[in-house]
Amino acid sequence: MSIITNINKLFDHRIRLGIMSVLMVNEYADFNMLKELLGATDGNLASHTKALEKAEYILVEKQFIGRKPNTRYSVTKLGKLEFKKHIEALEKLISKT
Amino acid sequence: MSEKDYLKDISEIKNLMNKSSRFISLSGLSGILAGIYALIGAAIAYWLVMTYSGGTLFIFHGWVFWTCMFVLTMIALLSAVTGIILTTRKAKKTGEKIWDNSSKRLLFNFLVPLAVGGIYCLIILSQGRYGQTGGLMLIFYGLALVSASKYSIGDIQYLGYIQIILGLIASYYPGYGFWLWMIGFGIMHIVYGTWMHFKYDVK
Repeated sequence: MSIITNINKLFDHRIRLGIMSVLMVNEYADFNMLKELLGATDGNLASHTKALEKAEYILVEKQFIGRKPNTRYSVTKLGKLEFKKHIEALEKLISKT
Repeated sequence: MSEKDYLKDISEIKNLMNKSSRFISLSGLSGILAGIYALIGAAIAYWLVMTYSGGTLFIFHGWVFWTCMFVLTMIALLSAVTGIILTTRKAKKTGEKIWDNSSKRLLFNFLVPLAVGGIYCLIILSQGRYGQTGGLMLIFYGLALVSASKYSIGDIQYLGYIQIILGLIASYYPGYGFWLWMIGFGIMHIVYGTWMHFKYDVK
């Protein structure tokens, strides 16, 4: 029981895990960059980013580049912490079994 | 989820982190070629100085000096062009984008120290302190590599450290500047390029 306490339900999806991984090593990533890297559809990516935003793990900034709307994401302090905990829990889980 | 799924997750995390932040298509072969160009250039410069400047590497005059400068510039250009061509070819093969955020950051972090060093070398040259340029070129090139290494395959930073150390030795013993330059830009490039080629390119 104790070893899975740190597994974060919110990260238990390939796309969400991917979003977090990209944001952990990049200051910012915009919507298109994430879409390309993760191979996700617009709607799919939007709903997953929304979920992470709601949990305050990522920060969303909408701006205009010229006349084009651009949405860029960055990870929050809380998100970083939670992601690290999640990864450590995964590692423990794997080494235990 | 089973253990296998978690393992897959972790390897995908690693992959995404690398792909999104690092440019990994640098070609090893271009390193080898750059080293060979440098050795050829150094040989030409050595021959010029030995034949027309009375055998000392310090007393440059007139056209010998400018021919040496011209040869050096040509080497730098040729190396850059070779690097760009081979890297583009490799990026196409691996399906990596050649001009994205990670390659832009790589280039920027590489060019800033390099440009500063280049200008500084020109100033030193204009003051006639020829003996220091070999060391300075090595030091600034090394710093450029270390600064760029955050955005590429990590191994490039070791090449940077070696160049910096060679550069520092060259500044202390300016008389050996030429030979250390040859080791740094020629031999170390070839060694590094070969290492990269077998580690990443040949699979």
